Amino acid sequence: MSLQASIKKVRNSERLSTEETYELYMQAELTLLGMLADSVRRRKHARGAREGIVTYIIDRNINPTNVCVVDCGFCAFYRRPGDSEGYVHDHVAIFAKIDELLAQGGIQILIQGGHHPYLKTQWFAELFQAISERYPELWIHGMSPPEIHHLAQLDKISVHEVIGRLKDAGLDSIPGGGAEILVDRVRDIISPKKVNSEGWLDVMRQAAVHGLRGSATMMFGHVETQLERIEHLEKLRALQDETDGFFTSFIPWTFQAQNTPMEEDWQKSHRQATWSEYLRMLAISRIHLDNFENVQSSWVTQGLKTCQMGLAMGANDVGSMMLEENVVSSAGCTNMTTVTEIERHIKDAGFVPRRRNMQFDLLDERTLETAR
Amino acid sequence: MSTESTAIDSLVDVDGENTLIDAAGLGEIRRKVADGTRLSEADGTLLYETPALAAVGALANRVRLAKHAKQTYFNVNLHVNYTNICQYSCKFCAFAAKPFEERAYCMSPQDVEARLAEFRDSDVTEVHMVAGIHKDLPYEYYLDILRAAKRGKPDVHVKAFTMVEIHHLFKIAGKSEDRVLADLIEAGLGSCPGGGAEILTTRVWKALYREKTSPDEWLDTARKVQQYGLKMNATMLYGHIEKVPERVEHLLRLRALQDETGGFMTFIPLAFWPYNSALENYGNVTTGWNDLRQIAVSRLMLDNFPHIKAYWIMLTPASAQVALSFGADDIDGTVIEEKITHDAGTTAPQSLSREDLIHLIESAGYEAILRDTTYEVLQAV
Repeated sequence: MSLQASIKKVRNSERLSTEETYELYMQAELTLLGMLADSVRRRKHARGAREGIVTYIIDRNINPTNVCVVDCGFCAFYRRPGDSEGYVHDHVAIFAKIDELLAQGGIQILIQGGHHPYLKTQWFAELFQAISERYPELWIHGMSPPEIHHLAQLDKISVHEVIGRLKDAGLDSIPGGGAEILVDRVRDIISPKKVNSEGWLDVMRQAAVHGLRGSATMMFGHVETQLERIEHLEKLRALQDETDGFFTSFIPWTFQAQNTPMEEDWQKSHRQATWSEYLRMLAISRIHLDNFENVQSSWVTQGLKTCQMGLAMGANDVGSMMLEENVVSSAGCTNMTTVTEIERHIKDAGFVPRRRNMQFDLLDERTLETAR
Repeated sequence: MSTESTAIDSLVDVDGENTLIDAAGLGEIRRKVADGTRLSEADGTLLYETPALAAVGALANRVRLAKHAKQTYFNVNLHVNYTNICQYSCKFCAFAAKPFEERAYCMSPQDVEARLAEFRDSDVTEVHMVAGIHKDLPYEYYLDILRAAKRGKPDVHVKAFTMVEIHHLFKIAGKSEDRVLADLIEAGLGSCPGGGAEILTTRVWKALYREKTSPDEWLDTARKVQQYGLKMNATMLYGHIEKVPERVEHLLRLRALQDETGGFMTFIPLAFWPYNSALENYGNVTTGWNDLRQIAVSRLMLDNFPHIKAYWIMLTPASAQVALSFGADDIDGTVIEEKITHDAGTTAPQSLSREDLIHLIESAGYEAILRDTTYEVLQAV
């Protein structure tokens, strides 16, 4: 077995091809992937203020509506129009949530939700306008690419125009949700009514044209092949090159099956991705995505122990200390933590915990010395 | 090049890895591991303290692959914690009860027999019996529960009594140590579990478990048991007040005894769970880094132990699974009805099915092997 050429390339900061990454992913021991990913991470965060740092953000997910017309098989959160459990939050309800967030030191809201059949661009523009006027300092991270694509269709206007109107109303950046696996064979199975992979990428391309930034995600461990996971990484890497660094970070997580429409059928022939599979995916992501600054390890889907292990395998961020999360918790995923616990885990792994904003600016003044 | 490193060439890109391990500052240890040179106390300390966790894991994984290739062992077992009444008050324990407490219980030999009989037609091959030191129980009781277990399920392997219990029996039996061991074996004892070792240093003994068998007594009892021909395991309770040099000392003392006796099968690091114990406000649940590092350093330091076990009840299934890539070759068993760690608040489930264990092993890239207590292979899965 010879992975030596690829190992050498990674160590010399040379890019791996999709084939080389796939070979490494399929053949290398987990600890080898971990060492390689760790070397990439250390190289990217070796200088100045970023050295030895692991970041997190305090924010809140606000899902304005759970009403959705796309019926994704992997989703336990949505309700169809007319369902008695469907809801749409009004401005007063959303302001109350923001007040709670600010009281606890939060700086950002993540607004995303279902593809509602009647809530058009104007509704969201008014919401963002109202939030911006009331909370001028608050960062609005919102509207994943499938939602923006949906608004464009509802209003019969271009994606470019939807983003422009939302940006003018106060939208600050685009979350990377709804990427799932950016391969249409997979999307045709799990989310046939949702935007296809090129459409997802194009929303992000248009957001970059508007000068916004966004994040990138991956939901794996459902019906995709191992090669399709690497193809997903490659598509993100190409767009990151094209946009000269639109994506702030990459966030992989595993499919949580419980309570989802596809649970019963899927479980006849599949099992949820395990912790070792998660870490392997995390490490290969860090290795392949050489033009991404930040890779996030997920405590929400993996628990704190595995999230911390991810810090030895390429991750330099642990994401959000969320005050509210409704989507994966609908799917039976109930890991909880506190700022104290997450900071303890970061320090235990030898890193300095730092709070950040969406663009990864550091918000507090801590160094290796003062943090201990 | 030694035979060990030749054997793993087919599994690991050794040359490619070497540059990464050396870059992490572990080149000298890497060369020792390749030559089969025993690691020193200073090596142990460095392995615990280096930030390069994945590199420590890669070295441990090499040793694991050389000894066992991709094989990962598990068994189908049942726990019987026959009493929680205990005369000792170890500070890390949430299981022990005083006789007047409402939660105190003690199983009769009939209870033990009935419990085992429930599994007579199951695929359980081992019963793991350990409990508190209940001073009112006579010597005969211990022989009776061994016989009762065998009556309940005649083909079961009875792995029972830690060195703490054996040491207690030596004291109360009024017979020679050899006679006690002969009685136990005659009554059905198959092997001994490795519990009660905690941290084998004087400071930790005095701070946390001073009423119980001292480190010297634990090791002397283990020596006696092994010289009599019984196989046993060894444990380490980590993640409380112990310091790195104490963990190293613990491993070195076990390694020295194993050189002498050779009867240890498996080393089992046990992650401390603080809830409901006297250390509740002191401790935290161990982290993933702590768990993986303890597994990896154990594999590297204990060159004369055949197996390193990632006991999922105390590590959690997450840490136990990833530990298979960090030097562990065993994940314990289905563990029906464990009480001790569950009293201390573990988030691990009460038991895992055989299919769950196999899936954990296989999805980590390893090969699941069903074993019996003494590592006879029952079935490649």
